[in-house]
Amino acid sequence: MPFNLLVLACITYVILLFLVAFLVESRARRGRLGWLRSPLVYTLSLSIYCTAWTFYGAVGYAARSGLEYLTIYFGPTLVFIGWWWVLRKLVRIGRQHRVTSIADLISARFGKSNLLGVIVTLMAVVATTPYIALQLQSVVLSFGVFAEHAPDGSAPLGADPTAIWVAAGLALFTILFGTRNLDAKEQHHGIVTAIAVEAVVKLFALIAVGIFVVWGLAGGVSGMMQRIDASAITGWAMNPGRWTGLILLAGVAVICLPRMFHVLVVENYDEGHLARASWAFPAYLMLMSLFIVPIAVMGMERLPAGSNPDMFVLTLPLTEGQGALAMLAFLGGFSSATSMVIVEAIALATMVSNHIVLPVWLRLRPAGAISEDVRAVVLNARRVSIGVVLAMGYGYYHVSGGSAALASIGLIAFAGVAQFLPAMIGGIFWRGATRVGAIAGLIVGFAVWAYALFLPSFGPDAVFPAGLLADGPAGIGWLRPQALFGSDGMDPLIHALFWSLFLNGTAFFLGSVVTFPGPVERLQGAAFVNVFEGPLRPRGLGGGHVEPEALLVMAQHILGDEAAQTLFEEAARAQGKRQSILPDPTPAFVSDLEQRLSGSVGAATAHAMIANVTGQGTVTVDDLMTVARESAQLMEYSAQLENQREELARTATALREANDKLTQLSVQKDAFLSQISHELRTPMTSIRAFSEILAEGDLPPAMVARSGRIIQDESRRLTRLLDDLLDLSVLESGKVQLTLGLANLREMIDRSIQAAEQVKPETRFVILRDLAAESLFLRTDADRLTQVFINLISNARKYCDAPQPEIRIAVKMKAGRVRIDIADNGSGIPKDAQGLIFEKFGRLPGEMRAKGAGLGLAICREIVANLGGTIAYLPGQGGAAFRIVLPLRLEAKAA
Amino acid sequence: MFLGRIPYRRRRLRDAARLLPLFGLFFLLLPLLWSPPGNEGRRFSGDLVYLFGLWVGMIVLAAAIAPGLSRRDGEPDEDED
Amino acid sequence: MGQHVLLIEDEPNIAEAIGFILSRDGWQVTHLSTGTGAAATAQRITPDLIILDHMLPDLSGLEVLAALRGDPSTAATPVLMLTARGQSRDREAAARAGADSFMAKPFANAEILAEVRALAGRAPVARG
Repeated sequence: MPFNLLVLACITYVILLFLVAFLVESRARRGRLGWLRSPLVYTLSLSIYCTAWTFYGAVGYAARSGLEYLTIYFGPTLVFIGWWWVLRKLVRIGRQHRVTSIADLISARFGKSNLLGVIVTLMAVVATTPYIALQLQSVVLSFGVFAEHAPDGSAPLGADPTAIWVAAGLALFTILFGTRNLDAKEQHHGIVTAIAVEAVVKLFALIAVGIFVVWGLAGGVSGMMQRIDASAITGWAMNPGRWTGLILLAGVAVICLPRMFHVLVVENYDEGHLARASWAFPAYLMLMSLFIVPIAVMGMERLPAGSNPDMFVLTLPLTEGQGALAMLAFLGGFSSATSMVIVEAIALATMVSNHIVLPVWLRLRPAGAISEDVRAVVLNARRVSIGVVLAMGYGYYHVSGGSAALASIGLIAFAGVAQFLPAMIGGIFWRGATRVGAIAGLIVGFAVWAYALFLPSFGPDAVFPAGLLADGPAGIGWLRPQALFGSDGMDPLIHALFWSLFLNGTAFFLGSVVTFPGPVERLQGAAFVNVFEGPLRPRGLGGGHVEPEALLVMAQHILGDEAAQTLFEEAARAQGKRQSILPDPTPAFVSDLEQRLSGSVGAATAHAMIANVTGQGTVTVDDLMTVARESAQLMEYSAQLENQREELARTATALREANDKLTQLSVQKDAFLSQISHELRTPMTSIRAFSEILAEGDLPPAMVARSGRIIQDESRRLTRLLDDLLDLSVLESGKVQLTLGLANLREMIDRSIQAAEQVKPETRFVILRDLAAESLFLRTDADRLTQVFINLISNARKYCDAPQPEIRIAVKMKAGRVRIDIADNGSGIPKDAQGLIFEKFGRLPGEMRAKGAGLGLAICREIVANLGGTIAYLPGQGGAAFRIVLPLRLEAKAA
Repeated sequence: MFLGRIPYRRRRLRDAARLLPLFGLFFLLLPLLWSPPGNEGRRFSGDLVYLFGLWVGMIVLAAAIAPGLSRRDGEPDEDED
Repeated sequence: MGQHVLLIEDEPNIAEAIGFILSRDGWQVTHLSTGTGAAATAQRITPDLIILDHMLPDLSGLEVLAALRGDPSTAATPVLMLTARGQSRDREAAARAGADSFMAKPFANAEILAEVRALAGRAPVARG
């Protein structure tokens, strides 16, 4: 098999993955995911549990230790078929609290403590970086196998450059598709789908090799069974300690590994998918391990003694002359390695950016200044973190030089992340768990793991001197790393697992029992442990004296303009407000907002930001009251009261708005009549005066002409006014005749901009447009819609007072509706006037008042309503801004 | 409290779901009690078939229970512990 | 003859009409189209009569009138207010603010001329 062909296949495969991810991402943006977020894809994405270590290594493991490799799959199987115990709760909490990582979960549970987030992040990085190195090593090794077998003996790349190329390629892929969006709810559909494809490839590859071995080489199942019983593999005896311990360890790892937590909880789209995965994922694992023993047995039988059993999956087909099968197996191994690295990098990068980079950045900011685009900071932090994580993985690979120590790192990493277990499980099942306990447990467990397992794994004299390993520090025998407290003769892995988890759990328990949790901690504890008990959410800080506009500005910086505006608008509607997109900053809303933000920047950071804006750095009496109210029998009662109170508040808000509006309307009705009178009398005055002058006769001819022209102008003005009034009354009565047809939005906007140039033609306006987004066809009344655009653009030209005036026109498709924002960069419309501008003659007081009759926006509103859409003033845009939302296809009303 | 027939069934289904991994664990640990390998009557391939058979059994049972559990219902999710 | 009228009116065509009618009758007309600076101009040119529109783009006519009445040099100058709204409420407000006369738009040319003559004749004419 030519080596170049292999490289080519590899690159083709990578391009295919890019394509898949790209296509899915673009479908996701158009909201057409369909089957792409099915339970099947969810289950397949979980298969990143099977890394290259299991793809290649399982055969080696079986060759060395018989059936023990199965424990690695039995643990997760038990956890998944027992999903009703733990997984269901984890996923529910993850969704309800918008958890972004395992560090975020633990940090959020224990009072949104960032210290905990940092600890978990560092532990995860230390424990899993070697694991990433292991994946790089497996890719390098598999390349090496092919290079050896290449007929021309050509191996264009050495081991190190291969590893660099793989790491760089993975970094690129992960950054491209992993840092596209921020809100964890939006999730990484492209990556998840690519991972699912890889899952299929690796399963298919392994099964293909297995079928070839059983039916191609061994002559069927019974022949295979005889060979198994005749092989050296039967020399293995079940070791009760390892058998039990490894099942436990693998079961713990499947929920504690950062990448598993990421696909299991963070990327979960629908809780129902978990029910399907509860048996489908064990089935996947079963299929993955079905042919491991046959491949191992056949490899030992056919291949020369001393060949690396870790590479049997590749070497067996190669020596049997099955080049294509070997290629498939290679791609399977490649898939296993790459998918693991991609997800691990995303999971670690999310933790690093949310718990280390962002808090530091926030602290360096002056207080209260969250004015910059936090999104950009977060995304860049995440991109850099991905690069750093992969660079560390490569660095580790490079330094350890692919030593044997690396091969055992899989289980060592499992034991490292298993230290999260007490804090996590204790946190979601035990209200009494406290932050201090969690910190103590994590640090103790991690220290024991490092001392008893991780550092000794580098071998004697690498980190620990041989003397320390043999006799303990300073000759203290009971502190020997691999025989703590005199527990001599235990398997080192089980020994470390046993002591680290035991001491971790003990420290966690004792720490929790002797300390008292703070109020936020107690709130979060109750919310996590009782996640299934109704909608009582933790009360965030804040409320009362917050300016919703300040919250909106902050939220826009984090979630993006569109998402933030939608969120606020929905909240305003839910509160019964029809006029404004700004909701009242009730505690419920602020707490909701905090949860949304925590999906982007983590719970601790979101909490800090909200506290920052609301100006409440500390816990208020209100929060303490909420804590006091949380006792069990009060809960249901207060939930009911809460509902009634909210209902009342909603009604009251609606009534208040209606009343305000009625009062304003009655004032306006008087004003309207008086305005009409004014608007009619003004042109009449000129007409009457000049016609009288004309009637007197004996004027110079120039004066006659001039008088005639003035009379004509003023008559036109009168006609226009009457037309507008008539137009408005027809529109308002809903009896308007629409001429529906397909029309290009861009052409309409072109036409409007041109028409509006009559207003202040001497001023140059910069017009910012997105022509690509505008190129869409609407089924609507083009003339009417153009009338609206002309009006809005003319208004912008008329009133924009910026020295370098700008008009921004943004178009966006959303759920079958098109949204057109027209904004300028002037001083905007004062808050108290925003509610009035759409009323007839609702012109602004004072200097903003101008010459128009003041019917323009009222007509706009009526037209848009007749076109099946809405128009609203959009506050907080740094100028006057209007948003029109229209249906893409307006159906003619049934006559 | 007396429950309707369907909620009652669903609760027992939850009990089954909770018990399944415990049964699974029991049967996974069972081979530890068997006579050591090399003895008459215990062969490696026998262990292999036993473990995979057990595995398939667990998967089938889980698949049978899961659809009934994931259905959403109006009553509170968590019953008495 | 040669008496001076200050006309404060923002509608250019109306201003032109009034200007034409008055200057044909021998009046000297100074026109302003905004309320700001009206008091200062009046102080400078000391007109014999001021014609003031009720609704100006920047200030209301009543505000301008208050400024005129607050200044000793224009406190006694007769003021004719014009309004296009023609409600009795406006008329009362104008009278309270110290307008000497009030006229609703549209008006007959002869009417406004008569009113101007009457007001100016009643004014204490000190200069020749």
